[in-house]
Amino acid sequence: MTKKQFTGAQMVVKALAALDVKYIFGYPGGTVLDIYDALFQQTDVEHILVRHEQAATHMADGFARATGEVGVVLATSGPGATNCITGIATAYMDSIPMVVLSGQVPTTLIGDDAFQETDIVGCSRPIVKHSFNCRVVEDIPNIIAKAFYIASTGRPGPVVIELPKDLLMPTSLGEFHIETDVKMRSYNPSIKGHPKQIKKAVKAMTTAKKLIVYSGGGVIIANASGLLTKLVEKLDAPITNTLMGLGGISGTHKNYIGMLGMHGSVEANKTMANADVILALGARFDDRVTNNVKKFCPDAKIIHVDIDPTSISKTINAHIPVVGLLEVVLQQLLDELAATDFEPNKEERAQWWQEINHWRGLNRVGYVQEGEQIKPQRVIEAMYKITQGEAYVCSDVGQHQMFAAQYYPFAKPRQWINSGGLGTMGFGLPAAMGVKLAFPESHVICITGDGSIQMNIQELSTCLQYNLPVVIISLNNRSLGMVRQWQDMVYGGRHSSSYMESLPDFVKLAESYGHVGMQINHLDELEDKLTEAFAIKNRLVFVDVLVDENEHVYPMQIRLGAIDDMWIKKGVKA
Amino acid sequence: MRRILAVLLENEPGSLSRIVGLFSQRAFNIESLTVAPTEDPSLSRITIATRGDDRVLEQIVKQVNKLIDVIKITDLTERSHVERELLLIKVLAMNDKSRTEVKRITDIFRGSIIDIGKQVYTIQLTGDAEKLNAFVTTLANETEIIESVRSGCVGIARGEKALRV
Ligand SMILES: Cc1ncc(C[n+]2csc(CCOP(=O)(O)OP(=O)(O)O)c2C)c(N)n1
Ligand SMILES: [Mg+2]
Repeated sequence: MTKKQFTGAQMVVKALAALDVKYIFGYPGGTVLDIYDALFQQTDVEHILVRHEQAATHMADGFARATGEVGVVLATSGPGATNCITGIATAYMDSIPMVVLSGQVPTTLIGDDAFQETDIVGCSRPIVKHSFNCRVVEDIPNIIAKAFYIASTGRPGPVVIELPKDLLMPTSLGEFHIETDVKMRSYNPSIKGHPKQIKKAVKAMTTAKKLIVYSGGGVIIANASGLLTKLVEKLDAPITNTLMGLGGISGTHKNYIGMLGMHGSVEANKTMANADVILALGARFDDRVTNNVKKFCPDAKIIHVDIDPTSISKTINAHIPVVGLLEVVLQQLLDELAATDFEPNKEERAQWWQEINHWRGLNRVGYVQEGEQIKPQRVIEAMYKITQGEAYVCSDVGQHQMFAAQYYPFAKPRQWINSGGLGTMGFGLPAAMGVKLAFPESHVICITGDGSIQMNIQELSTCLQYNLPVVIISLNNRSLGMVRQWQDMVYGGRHSSSYMESLPDFVKLAESYGHVGMQINHLDELEDKLTEAFAIKNRLVFVDVLVDENEHVYPMQIRLGAIDDMWIKKGVKA
Repeated sequence: MRRILAVLLENEPGSLSRIVGLFSQRAFNIESLTVAPTEDPSLSRITIATRGDDRVLEQIVKQVNKLIDVIKITDLTERSHVERELLLIKVLAMNDKSRTEVKRITDIFRGSIIDIGKQVYTIQLTGDAEKLNAFVTTLANETEIIESVRSGCVGIARGEKALRV
């Protein structure tokens, strides 16, 4: 008896189902119509139809960030695939597990500049973890299984698969085999930290007088926040999070001293600058953290734990490199600490904390609510109060992003979802939609600005179709605020193309998409109206908050300075 | 410093372009690059000659290793090794004097004349980059170089050390 035969399109869908995929985000077109036809005839995998492929990638990305699962995208060849590029790059920079299935013209036409042919594997090569061309129909399931394995293990990242149309069509049939337990001779991410390095790291940590823990997005990805918190408490060390690492330890934990870097807190950057040992965990000494690398923490011994060896000693030299999975290495560090009977020297720690508390007193990312206009920071504080700090906050890019990072202390990992590495405006709304799909019962906020929201505003239509009642809070400052801030500080106040003339009426716009629109213009109505917005559970609410257009984000590192050279308000240095 | 890196990788479509793309994307220098399948046709071996300080070199090795298709990479220049490059060069050999001289130089460098035209000699020479450079300079002093092509270097470790799966 011959085995059952399937088309490539059916194999794609069967493979996704075998890998427990519940949702895929996409948009149809010529080369993937067979896949859409196969999707139509089953119920395992639900397809979410977006309004622009870029949004599909961000939705899949938001879904992946909130759940830890692989986000899956489906796009047609040519323009569909190229529309995914920004979303792929966004996921790549933040190490997000994603698989992008792209159509391709039939193998017989590849290379002929056929209609809607682009070499998407070539276009995306510098921004993917890996990519695959399929040329044989029976290979499809295992290529998809491999793509999932690569995307989700080691340092996660996006994987692109190109599927030529002739492999998908009923004219090419094959048997379906899938090996979900993937093994590859060329890809074996290391797991355990080298025991010798663990010993060295513990020695450095326990003999440090001025220790700081600097943790990043790697802790979130590794689901290692429990272990991280244990370690911090055991060491009684101050801890700072990167923009990507927020929620790695609770934002209200007594050892937490705020975000570091360009718009980090004074105490975080000062503590880094004065530390004698820095324990870097799943962070990558990004230029938005270090400021001028030549002046970066010259006296500190650096222990750097990361799953990706290329992140170690790339911008800042590590004295004690440790390569391994964070959840494993953190346990190794805790075990080794336990074996040494370590207790922090009470006096030394007390002295160190005294210094840190002095910096805390200098300015804890402050602002003053004065005058008629609502300060944007005040909106975030209100948002925090009303959602009791439990919302998923998905951000766009600009001043509003930094205010949210500074004024919403995240209690848990995966609660803060933003494009940190690429800084993609237009990320916020689709990402929030992906999160809402995964957690329909939770408050999901899209914090955005009048500029960013217009980069994927069309997804309001998708929200209606799939009933995704996210709360959009737009800090409307009638300008590209972050650009304007730089122009104020660096370009003599010349506002070249940074203000937004002819903004739409966002309330009416939301309404025309079938949602609730709301505007807040006065400070005294801020909390009431926001409370009202969050009380509406089954409809999307777009809250257009008119905020002070002159507000700047402070603190801010001074260009080319050391990590702790900062402006703390207009014209005042720390 | 000049380094020679040997890379063993899956012989898959696109794996070479990933290596080349990586070098240009990260502004790493490539002096020469050679690639061919090995005796096991599922594997390719690439030899890359590059330059950079220790930090850059460390990044190059790590970044290449990070590519999913790459199985192993080693820096041959770290220990004793053999390095070879092939040169084919066509020079003017119009009269007896220049013919004798070209032949003499070729013999001294242990090269061989592999083709003769009415007015040209084609010579083959293998050796390390330094030897090839010296040969070309010496020839250029004697006669006119019409055309030349170099393979880029390949290398292998001395002794028991081997790069294999
Ligand atoms: C796609 C994209 N284009 C340009 C930029 C550069 N950029 C960074 S912030 C910003 C302004 C954002 O304006 P808005 O969304 O209104 O936020 P605000 O800073 O006013 O809060 C711009 C243009 C970017 N990050 N992403
Ligand atoms: Mg704005």
